[in-house]
Amino acid sequence: MNRRDFFAVLGGGVVVMLVDDDVYAQETGGGRGGPRPQQPQNLNAWLHIGETGIVTVYSGKVEVGQNARTSLTQAVAEELHVPIASINMILADTDLTPYDMGTVGSMTTPQMWPVIRRAAAAARETLIDLASQKWVVERSTIQIADGKVTAGSRSAGFGELAHGEKLTRTIPANVALPPADEWKIAGTSLPKVNARDIVTGAHKYTYDMKAPGMLHAKVLHLPSFGAALVSLDSRAAEAIPGVKVVHDGDFVGVTAPDARTAENAVVALKADWKPLVAEASSKDVYAYFKKNSRDPVDSTGLTAYTVAYIAHVPLEPRSALARWDGDQLTVWTGSQRPFGVRSELAQEFHIPEDNVRVIVPDTGSGYGGKHNGEAAYEAARLAKATGKPIKRDWTREEEMTWAYFRPGGLIEVGGKLNPDGTLAEWEMHNYNSGPSALQTPYEVPRKKEQMHQSKSPLRQGSYRGLAGTANHFARESYMDELAHSAGIDPLEFRLKNARNERLRAVIQAAADKFGWQDRKKTPGRGFGISGGFEKGSYVANCAEMSVVNGAVKVVRVVGAFECGAIVNPEHLRNQVEGAIAMGIGGALFEHIDFADNQILTDRLSRYRVPRFADMPRIESVLLDRKDLPSAGAGETPIMGLAPAIGNAIFDATGQRIRSLPMVPNKLPGADSSPPAY
Amino acid sequence: MLETLHPVLVNLRHNKRMARVTELTVNGSRRHVDADPDRPLLSVLRDDLDLTGAKYGCGEGQCAACTVLIDGTPTKSCITKVGAVAGKRIVTIEGLAAEGKLHPVQEAFLEADAMQCGWCTPGMILGAVGLLQHNPHPTEADIVSSMNGHICRCGTYSRVVHAVQMAAAKGGRA
Repeated sequence: MNRRDFFAVLGGGVVVMLVDDDVYAQETGGGRGGPRPQQPQNLNAWLHIGETGIVTVYSGKVEVGQNARTSLTQAVAEELHVPIASINMILADTDLTPYDMGTVGSMTTPQMWPVIRRAAAAARETLIDLASQKWVVERSTIQIADGKVTAGSRSAGFGELAHGEKLTRTIPANVALPPADEWKIAGTSLPKVNARDIVTGAHKYTYDMKAPGMLHAKVLHLPSFGAALVSLDSRAAEAIPGVKVVHDGDFVGVTAPDARTAENAVVALKADWKPLVAEASSKDVYAYFKKNSRDPVDSTGLTAYTVAYIAHVPLEPRSALARWDGDQLTVWTGSQRPFGVRSELAQEFHIPEDNVRVIVPDTGSGYGGKHNGEAAYEAARLAKATGKPIKRDWTREEEMTWAYFRPGGLIEVGGKLNPDGTLAEWEMHNYNSGPSALQTPYEVPRKKEQMHQSKSPLRQGSYRGLAGTANHFARESYMDELAHSAGIDPLEFRLKNARNERLRAVIQAAADKFGWQDRKKTPGRGFGISGGFEKGSYVANCAEMSVVNGAVKVVRVVGAFECGAIVNPEHLRNQVEGAIAMGIGGALFEHIDFADNQILTDRLSRYRVPRFADMPRIESVLLDRKDLPSAGAGETPIMGLAPAIGNAIFDATGQRIRSLPMVPNKLPGADSSPPAY
Repeated sequence: MLETLHPVLVNLRHNKRMARVTELTVNGSRRHVDADPDRPLLSVLRDDLDLTGAKYGCGEGQCAACTVLIDGTPTKSCITKVGAVAGKRIVTIEGLAAEGKLHPVQEAFLEADAMQCGWCTPGMILGAVGLLQHNPHPTEADIVSSMNGHICRCGTYSRVVHAVQMAAAKGGRA
């Protein structure tokens, strides 16, 4: 949206545009040589005060359940002194909101949140300027509270002051903000702002959307990855009334007036295809990672850990609604990267990015699994071919087969201790899964930490915490091994080797809440601890496990977390506890089984995710550091869980499990035997 | 002639001979539909009646995001054929807040902040409503076993348990 468009679209009022040259400078651009966006890239917060007094704020972030919509609303209320009900937060609409690289990497809180605060603070100062001019009073006599501007006996709502104005202010990003210990709205547990729409079913997710005259679409998937389509007989499909088949190279899609007919049509397609020879299966993939990596190191003296590929399983599968108006494309889709999807679509259809509008309704979760525009592309392509709006909803089976996975990985670790139990040497190599949190937060004089890129037999990508979970699992499990080899209590061993005060504080807080020193070992019970750091925040977990006749149950988990000044305590608690609940799956049983370029765990009856009955007693300890900037919290709280559980299983049984998942269960249709390495 | 057709077409012709479902009782109203009796109830609710509060999550009865009440009993609508519910009372999340007043279970979910992305929430709420109608004072174990078919991928399970307990304490059968 251009500056003058604001007033055309929204009516008169006051617009504040924040300019920040630093935050996203290296992240902007169309990417991959595609068309460049025409609007300035360094605008990253827009705020409009309308003649009705409604404050409309624009951010390219998306809401996927992490409550960004609520925390950003708090940022506005905090600085602008306006009731929550007067704030309208427009998120993730590429025609309306400033460029944003994506809702990824726990960056909304550390980066977008202060930007929105500054925009709101600048808007507040602009209102004071307006009142000062209109009323001819000194600025210092003017106060703003509860959506009203007051000077002596004079008072006006924001709308009255903005009435008849078409004022645009461009504000530098370095506006001063009050410190956290002076916050009034930020730092409180404002309830989820659109929660009523959720509990009444009124909120329309992408999957729920419809457009007049729209058709439903399905896409033909060949039975295995990398297979080549040799020939297609679509006569039976095309004989079904209302069905259109679009076949262009490797792309085969069908459209029909309803989803069931589209499904029937895709089933009726007869494809001849040639498989690609599979290079690895879930049984041998860890050796494959090392063999296919750059600079693999000699394993002598190192201990190997493995992590399986796992699926995000966002409960709302990928979905898109696409519509062409001439050469203008509008797509609604649940992606974490609306501007990235806009670039993808502009490139695919050879049109300028300005011709593509991507809108992301608040979405049924992502966990790092919705970075791309697969459904958007399929819908847009079939909408172009048919001239009709197209709805493309992925099924669960498609979501679990054709989306991307959290990478599997092989991690090799080694270390040596001084006689006093401090770390003398540390070495850690990650093959394929990723570099996140590969650096140990403990003090070690000599260390070598290396990421080895590899070939992945499966499509892989981002996931909540990225490789942080894998690297924490290997590091914190091996720290436990070292502690036991030296005969030192695992808590004492960590504190002995941790000098960072923030790390020490979370480890101590978790241990205190858990009652680590007073734990009572009984047969079949074990206790484990872990600590860690990533993305500006610190985490520690204590776990109690019950292991009886091979049946493993997480009994109790304490999570201590510190991410600077807390923006919303209740939502932070929800994130920390939710991460623990989700993390149980990857720790104990979630894994992708694949062979012959096929995913065997392709539906929920074949892929176990955590349920009510899997839940331990979960307790969280939140350390509020009002003296530190706020960091994100969506990811790091998941990272320390698996090693705390593994260490507790060792404590209970003497058995060290070095593979994730640790206790894969057997389910029909899936071979769940532990991976061989 | 039929044998030479693709199985899908055979199926389509076969369905045409079966009695179509022309009326459903949803949220206290009689609604006209025109549906093959073997279509999933979830599809008819979402696609034909635009009652999208019932969510698709898996299509095989594993996640319960599609839960609706059939004569008061929580039922997975993705594996329920619409032909099996003609004449029965269907309640979806849209019908729970009569005249805008939230059901106590909805209020409890708000109070307990028992959601993140919200995709599972309508199913969870209807599951809890059904549980409380049948068992007004459930123990924690009752709640866990009764709700275990519902998946919340965001991991808000302990909050959902808390919400159900709060609703029960306030007489959540209302």
